[in-house]
Amino acid sequence: MLDQAPILTIIFPLIFAVITPLLGWVKKEFCYPWVIAALCLSSVCSIITLERVLCHGVIHYHFGNWSPPWGIEYVIDHLNSFVLVLVTSVSLLVAISSKRSIEKEIPQKEVYFYTLFLLQVTGFLGIVATGDIFNLYVFLEIASLAGYALIAVGEKHASFASFRYVVMGTIGACFYLLGVGYLYMATGSLNMADLSKILPELYHSKVILVAFIFFMVGLAIKMAIFPLHTWLPDAYTYAPSATSALVAPLMTKVSVYVMIRIIYTVFQPNFTMEMVPINSIISWVAVAAILYGIIMALGQKDLKRMFCYILIAEMGYMLGGIGLANKMGITGAILHILNDALMITCLFLVAGAVVYKRGGHHISQMKNNFKTMPFSMAAFAVVGLSLIGVPPTCGFFSKWYLILGAIEAHHWAFLTALILSSAVNAILFFKIVEIAYYGEESSSGVPHVHVGTHHSHSTIDEAPASILIPLGITALAILLVGIFSAKIVSGVIQYAVPPNL
Amino acid sequence: MFEIIVSKYNYWMYIILMMIGFYAMISKKNLIKKIIGMNIFQTAIILLFVSIAAKKGGTLPILEHAHDSMEHAIEVASYINPLPHVLMLTAIVVMVATLGVALAVVIFIYRKYGTLEEDEILDKIR
Amino acid sequence: MEITESIQPLLVVSTPLLCALLIVLFGRWPNFREFWTIAASLVTFFLVASMVKVMYGGNAVACRLIEVYPGVDIAFKVDAFGIFFALLSSFLWIIVSFYSIGYMRSLNEHSQTRFFAFFAVAISSALGVAFSSNLLTLYLFYELLTVCTYPLVTHHQDTEAKASGRMYLSILLGTSVAFFLPAILFTYFSAGTLDFSPQGILKGTASNGMITIIFLLYLFGIGKSAIMPFSGWLPRAMVAPTPVSALLHAVAVVKAGVFCQLRIYFNTFGVDLLHTLSLDVFLIYFVSITIIVGSLFALKQDDIKAMLAYSTISQLSYIILAGGIHSYQGMLGGVLHIVMHGFGKITLFLCAGSILCGSHIKKISQLGGIGRKMPITMLAFLFGALSVAGIPPFGGFISKWFLALGSIKGDQWPILVVLFTSTLLNLSYFMPVVYISFFGEESEMVKGDQNIHESSLYMVVPLMFTALISLVMFFYPYPFIHLAEIFVKSVMGG
Repeated sequence: MLDQAPILTIIFPLIFAVITPLLGWVKKEFCYPWVIAALCLSSVCSIITLERVLCHGVIHYHFGNWSPPWGIEYVIDHLNSFVLVLVTSVSLLVAISSKRSIEKEIPQKEVYFYTLFLLQVTGFLGIVATGDIFNLYVFLEIASLAGYALIAVGEKHASFASFRYVVMGTIGACFYLLGVGYLYMATGSLNMADLSKILPELYHSKVILVAFIFFMVGLAIKMAIFPLHTWLPDAYTYAPSATSALVAPLMTKVSVYVMIRIIYTVFQPNFTMEMVPINSIISWVAVAAILYGIIMALGQKDLKRMFCYILIAEMGYMLGGIGLANKMGITGAILHILNDALMITCLFLVAGAVVYKRGGHHISQMKNNFKTMPFSMAAFAVVGLSLIGVPPTCGFFSKWYLILGAIEAHHWAFLTALILSSAVNAILFFKIVEIAYYGEESSSGVPHVHVGTHHSHSTIDEAPASILIPLGITALAILLVGIFSAKIVSGVIQYAVPPNL
Repeated sequence: MFEIIVSKYNYWMYIILMMIGFYAMISKKNLIKKIIGMNIFQTAIILLFVSIAAKKGGTLPILEHAHDSMEHAIEVASYINPLPHVLMLTAIVVMVATLGVALAVVIFIYRKYGTLEEDEILDKIR
Repeated sequence: MEITESIQPLLVVSTPLLCALLIVLFGRWPNFREFWTIAASLVTFFLVASMVKVMYGGNAVACRLIEVYPGVDIAFKVDAFGIFFALLSSFLWIIVSFYSIGYMRSLNEHSQTRFFAFFAVAISSALGVAFSSNLLTLYLFYELLTVCTYPLVTHHQDTEAKASGRMYLSILLGTSVAFFLPAILFTYFSAGTLDFSPQGILKGTASNGMITIIFLLYLFGIGKSAIMPFSGWLPRAMVAPTPVSALLHAVAVVKAGVFCQLRIYFNTFGVDLLHTLSLDVFLIYFVSITIIVGSLFALKQDDIKAMLAYSTISQLSYIILAGGIHSYQGMLGGVLHIVMHGFGKITLFLCAGSILCGSHIKKISQLGGIGRKMPITMLAFLFGALSVAGIPPFGGFISKWFLALGSIKGDQWPILVVLFTSTLLNLSYFMPVVYISFFGEESEMVKGDQNIHESSLYMVVPLMFTALISLVMFFYPYPFIHLAEIFVKSVMGG
């Protein structure tokens, strides 16, 4: 049974997703516990998988007992078992928080929402677990298709944003597929491990180069790397809050994982560093992405849209870490996959709580929230400090590794961009804090005389517990991951860093 | 030059088709036309995959008398490569699903904005 | 030097944190809430004081919490310098606790629970800074101190507080993120460690140019030490309630800034390294500008607290002189000035708060004749002013004396001139205040209001107490001198 844990991680959400509409047909209240059950099982399996990988090393799971390179193989090593646990646990937390908010935001559509939710998670898990590049494409499309639909049911212009995402996403996926095709033409194999053995002899071939470029561009679209990010802000802003909280942290992180796999497993670092100077290009794109993200975030008046631009800047961190191509940089990038997933989840859960209570996500909806929603705002304070990079929150530590990596690689522009982005994050964070803290005043426009007067105690009006508990857990996780980051790095991530740097 | 074009005509066809699709996706204002462009784009890739499986004089990879006797030696070279076909079967499913989602979203858009022209929708958004 | 493992440092830092939690829980019952503040401040002080004996023996107490990065821990190590600062902060916390109860209640301030809770967190972070055993821990508590003092500075939540809060954060957080953090990372990259060591860790690990860059990053990165041009936040932070200005912006926060500066110069760079690169000379001339210009700014202020703030800016740079005067006496003087200035300046702030509570006066020009109605407060003000200016028989004289001696020994004659000029300037902005309040004509405010009286005992007793300590420090400075000597000797290499 334990041997099957890797596949069960993915099978549980898939099977449960298929049954969800039937259950919903009987009684739609069944769906929520059903989804929670599926994700709990999946989380347990993923944790078992991680534990087994840590104890016994890499797991090879052959589908239907067909041995690779003919059959599809799932290879679970330190990197993807780590990402698997991240995906299952984040999606579990988001699922818990989704109950009340989707009842309010998209009434009558809960059944379909939960079905797609599980399919989306299945897609993410499949992408992460598989060791076959074509299988990866299929899961990428499963995740994307579920994402398109989940986003389209959102408010305002969500449908149009979703359509744009469909067009862009399809181009991205097709480019990826073209890359697969070119690699297959040159090597006749689709298995990642097999490819990494065959490819070094073909590194001088132009076909391989073209395939590599198709992979990079396709993934950059899925990752929303500047300047291919255009679909992201609209899509994630108008999506229902539960969708944004699921898709925003995970879709991009999973794509980062794929990029690391392609660059460092399928292709060898000496190809990416020496044959084509792709690494320096990647780091410079990362610098541009960070700068663009933070500058755009500064100008936003909408909470979720601001978070989207922060996400774009954060993607630059990880891309930059990948591009530095030294141990520190990659460690930072992998650690930041975890940290950023937590931070972005937390941000969008806060946005969800605000939307639930205030009915909107304009920045003015934050007014006076320190008084009325103290717990949500406490969580927001934690994630804000993490974005700035204040120890002992986790954001500090990934930045630490990334900056050390940048110093080691003498990439001063990336270092400057990282520091600049911390500073701008501080401005953004305290801009919101100011609004939430001085709320009453800016509404009336007349300064109050505070000395000698008691403030009227506005009553606490918090979001429901089903939102607050996951929010609290993510906020706590941000702190704990920071404090125990050395353990995480020495226990898991150091094995996940490609050994052949 | 001419020889390159002729001898690799399958690649040229796929590139031309793909560019047509790409053009439609980027520059057509009508959402349905964009979807059609998207389909052409995907089809071009399918064409590429299928064409690389082909061989001169190759036949379908079905073994005759496979179960009864082994009187025919299996000549791999005489069969076309089945794997790209199988891959494309999956890709077609993905493509159809994408098309379905895209059309559903377009219906959604039409109900909301009453039009399928991108510029008119953008006007309404502003 | 022996190092004993003990959880005592952790206890010291966590007591105020626990207290903050209790304050929030007991927020509805003000007397209970205040009880926790007082109790925690007493407990903290005794915990700190109990470690002093170990320090007198030249030993250290260490406590390692958790490894956050291979080779870098969050860890405490208490040495003579750390206990020196912790002793000052925790002692003054007791006094200011009583004072702030009187102050907050007599002005009927809002959100007192928040105030006392964040106050306790701020003390905890200041103690954390004092006990840090490496740069990462130092940075952690330094940032925590910035963040948790924000709600204190902007306590009034009005337009002015908002603007000041922006200034406060943008300078303190901006400099720390943009300069301090990269400096730490460069240090780690060069030295491979972040631990403080008596002789420094950077010697011979990087090129001279690199070390100079790291030095400049630290100099500008620690905004809390209010070296010009990054000193603008301090006068603006005076919108905070007076107890905050008194304890945090005369002692805990700003002294944490200069503490960091000295800690880094002595224990990260090492005195010799600074001297060989002539960075010490650059340092003392650079901060001399702040000493003089700060005093000049103080001269033209009409707001009492703003004047005190500029005076603080000027005096903080005295302390930083210790990092640059390459002589035993100079370093001793600078370190001692942390305490001497602390007692003097807190007295002045407590007086300013007492004046505000008793008469609602904030301007120097309105102080005419107030000394006749609030004699105790103004007498204490005189004591504090003389101590800050460095006039015998007050504590401030001792540290200035050592600084002057040190600058002669270290062949830095111009510093002597700077010290002398600054003393004159100090007197010329403090003495008029004292003069008009006792002998000047009664101002409109004082005349018109018959209710001007001494503030409550909660406030008067603490300020008398600190004023007396300023006096006592001249005659009996030995507890602090002894600690400073131990530290300076270890830095100078025995």
